[in-house]
Amino acid sequence: MKPRVSNLIGRQTPCPQVLLNKVIEHDIRNTVGNVPMEWYQDYPHIGYNLDGKKIFKPIRNKDELDEFLDKMENPDYWRTVHDKTTASDIRLTDEQVDLVHRLQKGQFGDVNFNEYEPSVDFFTNEVMIHPVTNRPQDKRSFIPSLIEKEKVSKLVHAIKMGWIKPRKPKETTPQYYDLWAKEDPNAILGRHKMHVPAPKMRLPGHEESYNPPPEYLLTEEERLVWEQQDAEDRKLPFLPQKHSCLRAVPAFSRFIHERFERCLDLYLCPRQRKMRVNVNPEDLIPKLPKPKDLQPFPTTMSLVYRGHTSLVRSISASPTGQWLVSGSDDFTVRFWEVNTGRCMKTLEVGGAVKSVAWNPNPAVCLVAVESTVLLLNPSLGDRLVVSSTDQLITSYEPPEEDKEQAVTWALSEGPEHNKGHRLTLTHPKAVKQVVWHGKGDYLSSVMPDNSSNLQVLIHQVSKRRTQNPFRKSKGLVQCVSFHPLRPYFFVATQRYVRIYNLIKQELTKKLMTNCKWISSMAIHPGGDNLICGSYDCRLAWFDLDLSTKPYKMLRHHKKALRGVAFHRNYPLFASGADDGSVIVCHGMVYNDLLQNPLIVPVKVLKGHQITHDLGVLDVTFHPTQPWVFSSGADATIRLFT
Amino acid sequence: MGGLQKKKYERGSATNYITRNKARKKLQLSLADFRRLCILKGIYPHEPKHKKKVNKGSTAPRTFYLLKDIRFLLHEPIVRKFREYKVFVRKLRKAYGKAEWTGVERLRDNKPGYKLDHIIKERYPTFIDALRDIDDALSMCFLFSTFARTGKCHVQTITLCRRLTVEWMNYVVTSRSLRKVFLSIKGIYYQAEVLGQLITWLVPYQFAHDHPTDVDYRVMATFTEMYTTLFGFINFRLYQTLNLVYPPKLDSKAESELKAEHEEDYAMDSESYLEKLSALSASLARVVATAEEEENQLDHFPTEGEDLENMQAREKEQKEQEAQKRLFEGLKFFLNREVPRESLAFILRCFGAEVSWDKSLCIGGTYEVTDETITHQIVDRPDMDKQYINRYYIQPQWVFDSVNAKMRLPVEDYFLGTTLPPHLSPFVEEKDGDYVPPEKLKLMALQRGENPVQEEEEDDDDEEEEEEDEEEEEEEELTEEKNLKKMEDKRAQGKTLAVKVTPGKVKPWETGSAGNKVRLEQEEKAEEKRLAIMMMKKKEKYLYDKIMFGKKRTTREVNKLTAKRKAHEDASKAQKKQKKAKKQ
Repeated sequence: MKPRVSNLIGRQTPCPQVLLNKVIEHDIRNTVGNVPMEWYQDYPHIGYNLDGKKIFKPIRNKDELDEFLDKMENPDYWRTVHDKTTASDIRLTDEQVDLVHRLQKGQFGDVNFNEYEPSVDFFTNEVMIHPVTNRPQDKRSFIPSLIEKEKVSKLVHAIKMGWIKPRKPKETTPQYYDLWAKEDPNAILGRHKMHVPAPKMRLPGHEESYNPPPEYLLTEEERLVWEQQDAEDRKLPFLPQKHSCLRAVPAFSRFIHERFERCLDLYLCPRQRKMRVNVNPEDLIPKLPKPKDLQPFPTTMSLVYRGHTSLVRSISASPTGQWLVSGSDDFTVRFWEVNTGRCMKTLEVGGAVKSVAWNPNPAVCLVAVESTVLLLNPSLGDRLVVSSTDQLITSYEPPEEDKEQAVTWALSEGPEHNKGHRLTLTHPKAVKQVVWHGKGDYLSSVMPDNSSNLQVLIHQVSKRRTQNPFRKSKGLVQCVSFHPLRPYFFVATQRYVRIYNLIKQELTKKLMTNCKWISSMAIHPGGDNLICGSYDCRLAWFDLDLSTKPYKMLRHHKKALRGVAFHRNYPLFASGADDGSVIVCHGMVYNDLLQNPLIVPVKVLKGHQITHDLGVLDVTFHPTQPWVFSSGADATIRLFT
Repeated sequence: MGGLQKKKYERGSATNYITRNKARKKLQLSLADFRRLCILKGIYPHEPKHKKKVNKGSTAPRTFYLLKDIRFLLHEPIVRKFREYKVFVRKLRKAYGKAEWTGVERLRDNKPGYKLDHIIKERYPTFIDALRDIDDALSMCFLFSTFARTGKCHVQTITLCRRLTVEWMNYVVTSRSLRKVFLSIKGIYYQAEVLGQLITWLVPYQFAHDHPTDVDYRVMATFTEMYTTLFGFINFRLYQTLNLVYPPKLDSKAESELKAEHEEDYAMDSESYLEKLSALSASLARVVATAEEEENQLDHFPTEGEDLENMQAREKEQKEQEAQKRLFEGLKFFLNREVPRESLAFILRCFGAEVSWDKSLCIGGTYEVTDETITHQIVDRPDMDKQYINRYYIQPQWVFDSVNAKMRLPVEDYFLGTTLPPHLSPFVEEKDGDYVPPEKLKLMALQRGENPVQEEEEDDDDEEEEEEDEEEEEEEELTEEKNLKKMEDKRAQGKTLAVKVTPGKVKPWETGSAGNKVRLEQEEKAEEKRLAIMMMKKKEKYLYDKIMFGKKRTTREVNKLTAKRKAHEDASKAQKKQKKAKKQ
């Protein structure tokens, strides 16, 4: 027991004799016992001495300043202890200090106590003449016990009867025998049919050798990369090493780890049968007829028409195939001779030209500029044609009653007439596209605007009349087209192509293009097929007899398609895209209804430079020859023959 | 309106699966016991196709087992044993607590145990099934047999593993079924062909293990428990097929030979017997004493023409195999003390050689170093003091490379102190397009019977020629430099240079030569292919792209390896040159 120092002094109990004598001289012992001194806080005394008299508190308590002064001035401060029970300071004597030191060191309190005294055994192992006790032994230690005898005889009887058998020696080593002596391969449980055997461990490659060829060792950088990678990302689970001899090969530190991981794989990994596609990639490529056998089609760039200074938005070839018209953002319309590449005529039109279209019948050309549509007479070639064209326009007789029309028709006169302008149709909004009907009398213009129903207008040139065929807007109209043979009208909005019957004035079909945003549309001269180009790099071929969904979807361009076109006579169609290429495809449509169209890409034509992320803007075919024109953002028009 | 209301997750895939916790509750087992049961019975989790459906709408990560599997576990008699064991542990603890020592002893004696025989039979209904799955068992037993007999696992397990692996090695030696060996940085891989099954196992190098702390040895011990049972039965059956006595006994002749030596040096008979067995130097006793096994020849069945070729190929293969089995026959090896004795003795004995070692190294050495008939001594030290003239001193890699090459390789490359040629993995089978290290090409040429020595000489010639070329080039460069200097001088003097126009060469493809045609045709083909790829369906295109990506990656890797090799060779060549120059 190690009593606390303050208690020891307060009670003064275990003190040696010398100490006690000194204390007795002024013995003011508190008799309240071991109670909290806080109980006497409100009283003037703090307990009772041996005589039962009150022990009074000192009049003035020491405050901190006193304490401090005491600490500074009293040389015995270090050996002064405050006794709570008597509220007095006691100065420890030298003996007491010694005692404290000894106890702190863990020594005995008594100085004179010898802890290493020799031990004297009371009982010895030697037989003595005189025993320690001399009690005689009991009788029962001489005669056999009856109870024990009974028990033993019972056991003997049980053993005799064979009830108790000796313990079998434990089999420590397992016994093996021919487990598969009667193996029956048909006795496989149903579960085993589903069972997926664990895959075997991967066999080691050259890099795991203790002395691999030098190319399998990692270079310094590769090693650094390997060390920084996570254990899962590493291609090799270990670092290849080279040892000069077998003697130098150390133990593999992760051996137990790897075996443990294999164990975990065996019982924790879900197993699945994965079918490995083992196909020859060549077999995946569809077998198509050779492009060589599908000639003619344009193969080389033969002419470049230069002259425009800004991107050429639209081109159109004359029905004879002798002339080409192009409209550009440099506010001009140019007429070119196809065979020579000469620019025959340049017309300033005072606005970016969005679309041009050559009338399929006579030599009237049509130009859409900003918010006007101009009918031009190019006055090229045969004089008879030119004059007949002019006659056609002048032969108009205004009707009696003037109807309110959506656009204003104005006849050009003076210098403008000399330049070639014939009629000006002023539209309320910007015109994006103009198309002629196959007969050459009707033309349609598109003013894309989502909010109003005035998006598509159909004009009749001979009567100078304008119609708005739609009462309701069905979305932003991208382009329109006339059916080449029958009175159908195609309207492409952002995602759908709607086909209207113009005579019955009703919707006949709605084609789902699966595209995000249609950019252009072209109709096969037979009228039963249609292609749609879209800004999301797709070209959809519709067979109108087959379905409203695309018959074929081509993703052959890398960037947004801008223009598509069909050839009038040959089974060809072309598409131009922002990647600067024109892809010509063979698109054969059979008269036999059972045979589906054959589509084969035959040529990728490149030549246009990509400027401002724009490549080819429009493509059109020569009306008679297998030639294709393309206009691009690099201000050129190119002819591929 | 009638019918019961359909409830979600009460039909379909949700009812086919059960989570691990539910399975555990159904079987009334603790997680550790459940794990043990799964290991023993070979039950593994399944990944449902629609995890969310099976998980009743939740996406929490859970392990799923097939409900059928768990139902199957319900009938397992071992589950009852597990429960009994739990009770036993409880009783034992109680007895300990009460200090009832007789009780403790009694309980100890009646400790419930279980056997795994029926599980093995159930998991592997036929012997071949079992043999097919023995790879892991072998590797595990070989690992456990190298453990120190302190802590980590029971000593009985270790001795049992050791016994079984020794039995296995003895079987492989007797049946001569070892095919391939490979020294990797992890350990030594062996591949044997037993009853038509290729069995591969990995043996760690003989070092004390640095036991990792993040490995659960209980799991490993459970696996080992299962594997030792399986392995024992397989050994029994294999010994039976060869008419050998099981447990293996040494041939009486060999035994008497061994006995003559220092028997009393070894402590106990039972222990020394295993040691003698593991020495692998003596043949085993047979049930029916037969002279030598007759060669089992392939029967000839007259069949149609195409089968004939197959037959011939098979016959040829058989012959090769026979030749490989007798690879080291007639040779006498002596192992120095620094080489791994067990693995080398095992391999050499598998191919019919006689092996011995110093008698202080291990029991079972049959002859001394001084024996004059020794043909090869395997040494793994830089130099030897006393060398006998009539034997080769070779490094251990020769044995391994020869086994893999199926022929005795020339010993010159493996002499003492020489730099060893790279050790290649025999498990790599190169398809076309894969990288083949030049050493392998050389080896293949050697196997075909071509002599590589001449080639090397040619190489040397080439090198010399190359050197000459280089020198010429240097000279050319020098002359060019001179010309340039002259020109500059002229310029400095202010003279006008004589401008000369040399006629340009016409490139071959611009003229209409034969090469041009071929080129054009190739280009056409390539374009056709490109155009056809445009017409592919989305799904096929994706697959095609994936395949092509994989192909490209392999070619990239091959290119990288070739470049590395070339760089290495260039560097070594330069070093050689430097050395030469220094000598001169």
